Amino acid sequence: MRRRVRPLLALLVLVLASSFAGCTATGRLGVKPWERGELAKRCLRFDGYPLELALDDHIYFSKEAASGGAGFAGGGCGCN
Amino acid sequence: MNWHSRIGTLTLFAALLVPPAAAHEELAALDLAAFRGKVVYLDFWASWCQPCRQSFPFMDALEREYGARGLVVIAVNLDTERRLAAEFLAENPAGFKIVYDPAGNLAEEWKLAGMPTTVLIGRDGKTRSRQVGFRKVDQETLRTTAARLLAEETP
Repeated sequence: MRRRVRPLLALLVLVLASSFAGCTATGRLGVKPWERGELAKRCLRFDGYPLELALDDHIYFSKEAASGGAGFAGGGCGCN
Repeated sequence: MNWHSRIGTLTLFAALLVPPAAAHEELAALDLAAFRGKVVYLDFWASWCQPCRQSFPFMDALEREYGARGLVVIAVNLDTERRLAAEFLAENPAGFKIVYDPAGNLAEEWKLAGMPTTVLIGRDGKTRSRQVGFRKVDQETLRTTAARLLAEETP
């Protein structure tokens, strides 16, 4: 790299790195510990509705039976 | 109406006669200067905080036990919706003082590192102990620290 550009590049990297410190919880951005109530809501969980998920999986598996369902093996009547 | 629905109705009416748990006092703002000379157990809670379900009966019992010696429990609620806090309080009744802080200003001021946080303030108004989380082992620590602070002389 050219001798003039290298210190400028280093300065740019330094400025960018220090400006992203605000993305942590201690800065302006980020989630504070007492704001985590929104994340605790049932609708934001992966496993919030296990029964609905199981039923959906069952329906999908049955509908996709001809092409092998969730697996890649041969299809049939849905009794894979 | 048949006999079992009649009994059900009577039970409902009887339930209304049961006196509610000691009602909590709601403070408009957190003014610690008013509690100088007392040991303040400042707890930050929210309806979504699971350990708070254990800490509420503990704080109730603690205030009942040490209240006469000068312990004051103030619980700051950090729910954004008042309705959620009310539902929590209906399930976990509290006899101690509650301050509502939906905007999170008090949480910011006290620089909470996690939820729940308990701050013990001595009789001199200085913060003496901070505790994040509420596990079984924390119960004993808080109780002994509170007792130690209560044993101190009022400055």
